[in-house]
Amino acid sequence: MDDPAAAFLAGGRGPAEGSPEHSLRHAPGPYFGSYGGRWMPESLIAALEELEETFEKAKIDPEFLAEVAELNKNYSGRPSLLTEAKRFSEHAGGARVFLKREDLNHTGSHKINNVLGQALLAKRMGKTRIIAETGAGQHGVASATAAALLGLECVVYMGAEDCRRQALNVARMQLLGATVVPVTNGSQTLKDAINDALRDWVANVETTHYVLGTVSGAHPFPAMVRFFHEVIGEEARGQILDQVGRLPDALCACIGGGSNAIGLFHSFLDDPSVKIYGFEAGGDGVNTGRHAATITLGRPGVLHGARSYLMQDEDGQTIESHSISAGLDYPGVGPEHAYLADIGRVTYEPITDVEAMDAFKLLSQTEGIIPAIESAHALAGAIKVGQRLTAEAAALKGATPSDTVIIVNLSGRGDKDVETAAEWFGMLDEDGHVRGTTLSTRHAKGAARSAGADENAEDATHE
Amino acid sequence: MSETTTPAAVGAPAIASKSAAAIDRAKAAGRKALIAYLPAGFPDRQTAIDAAIAVARNGADIIEIGIPYSDPVMDGPVIQAATTQALANGFRVADVFDIVAAVTAETDAAVLVMTYWNPVLRMGVDEFSRRLAEAGGAGLITPDLIPDEAAEWFAASDKYGLDRVFLVAPSSTPERVAMTVQATRGFVYAVSIMGVTGARSSVSSAAEAVVAAAHAAGAERACVGLGVSRPEHVREIAAYADGVIVGTALVAALRDGGVPAVGALAKELSGGFEPAAATPSSTGA
Repeated sequence: MDDPAAAFLAGGRGPAEGSPEHSLRHAPGPYFGSYGGRWMPESLIAALEELEETFEKAKIDPEFLAEVAELNKNYSGRPSLLTEAKRFSEHAGGARVFLKREDLNHTGSHKINNVLGQALLAKRMGKTRIIAETGAGQHGVASATAAALLGLECVVYMGAEDCRRQALNVARMQLLGATVVPVTNGSQTLKDAINDALRDWVANVETTHYVLGTVSGAHPFPAMVRFFHEVIGEEARGQILDQVGRLPDALCACIGGGSNAIGLFHSFLDDPSVKIYGFEAGGDGVNTGRHAATITLGRPGVLHGARSYLMQDEDGQTIESHSISAGLDYPGVGPEHAYLADIGRVTYEPITDVEAMDAFKLLSQTEGIIPAIESAHALAGAIKVGQRLTAEAAALKGATPSDTVIIVNLSGRGDKDVETAAEWFGMLDEDGHVRGTTLSTRHAKGAARSAGADENAEDATHE
Repeated sequence: MSETTTPAAVGAPAIASKSAAAIDRAKAAGRKALIAYLPAGFPDRQTAIDAAIAVARNGADIIEIGIPYSDPVMDGPVIQAATTQALANGFRVADVFDIVAAVTAETDAAVLVMTYWNPVLRMGVDEFSRRLAEAGGAGLITPDLIPDEAAEWFAASDKYGLDRVFLVAPSSTPERVAMTVQATRGFVYAVSIMGVTGARSSVSSAAEAVVAAAHAAGAERACVGLGVSRPEHVREIAAYADGVIVGTALVAALRDGGVPAVGALAKELSGGFEPAAATPSSTGA
């Protein structure tokens, strides 16, 4: 199983060009090297087998693929743009940085790609109800959206801590008709939401499909979720060839479970000239114990159905992760990433909360794009990679900085993070209001007025 | 998933199963086996030991000691709360061997450990198995390990003579039931319902079909768990299964009334093997 990787690293493509044995693309699962598999209760195996069978048929069914393509185009708004970030690039050593604009998809992130595919599969299996876990709320919003579109019942499990820091997305899901269940077990974040979603699934598997939101979990989820996100890299590859005339030197993406990253990476895995970087949440710093840098510091174990890197203690108990980004706050990672890390094809590095928030502000103020805090980790990584690669290229080849081309997956938009960011940047007063927003002396629209027009001054004291 | 081959190949020396022997002793006594689950370290180390001993002295033939785990996806609220408390009180995985040794020394019950797989992987499957065998343990029940992924466990359980209790569910296909029965040593754990652990007012009728499928696939012993909480459940299941597994009801009794309560409930539940008239009508949990 390690042969293709060994051949790849040796620079050889093997005798059979295009043969699947000699490509890192389209890995079918259940195993990626020694990772992946099906570490799941027997009760759920039949459902996983049904899902696998349905997916394997669908992915070669022209009718299904046309359905997905139609929704991607006319509902999600694909292809998403590839935007050159010229002012931001100055901070990345002068390398040319291009943003893959998954933030422009309907619902505001890459998550919709996977959810539409899985919701269509749920319909094919005759399921009437979908459940999902969510961290930042983006996957939950996408699931609620797909459920509304396709007429499915939707229940979303969300850690109570994440409900607090992503309250806007909780309201969005409810407005879309979904039920949001706050999870108060354990760390009250993403891993505990997955636990409760699995408990729901095992009890309701007859009617219910579990729309897992990342390339983690038991087979076929890692390979299937990747399949629905491969469109990101396919588009980006064509777009960069159009705009620059060649492949990029580097790709940067953030890694929680790793779905946006694998979606971008997949199209470039067999191109040795493309360096690939995944950026994990370094939280307060990887030496503080408060982080979510699973590949950087974890060790192999099994969680939520897959063998992969895992943040765990000496007893195999899962360690709670920490990140300012709810979407990266997960102590596991998709098994294909574990494999790509081991064979050296992808380099995984941590980005601290501070670095991510600096990049968040920088992109907002140089490009007029407010990124999701998750995506800000990829941006912070791109700054480092840009500085590194331009310096190397200058030293080795006397290249100018703009000869280096980097694609960053801007996996989501930052609207949901405005409150967290306002708090981080000290924009709130002691009552938690954005400074300067409580000075109006006029009545709030729609508020009951007692009488007369001369009460404005008095009403101001009610604010 | 690769096809699983049973490692106990023809001609290999048969491994005596402690849990099978316990079920057979109950059968010889004209009843079915009572199998009791209690989590290690709940509410604390010593009380957990005392509770397991009390349960064994009040009719339990097999004791399952659960290892508290951070992500117990197959457990309902009662067991989740108990194991979370045990972890908060400082439970360490290696403590389970002391508990197994203490209960084995004090009682005739076979003692199995029920565990999610990652704690075993972390210690090392061989090392965990060696220490469990040294402590006198009968084997493992593995709720999130299916035979498809169990190659390492097959090797270690054969090496140390441990039972490997796998689960079959109402959703299991005939092929998977057959494969799982082949892979099992001790007894097949027949999951009565599609759901997580927790006391229920009635036991699903699916249980009888699961047991029948296991027997038809060649299982000599199939025991029913999930949702069992009352003597009348015990009586109902004893009519078709080889043993009855009780968890949540015992954990709740231990939580609410300590060792005396959990011992009393075990006694009451084992009364379910008697003719109906001899059983008190009150519910245990």
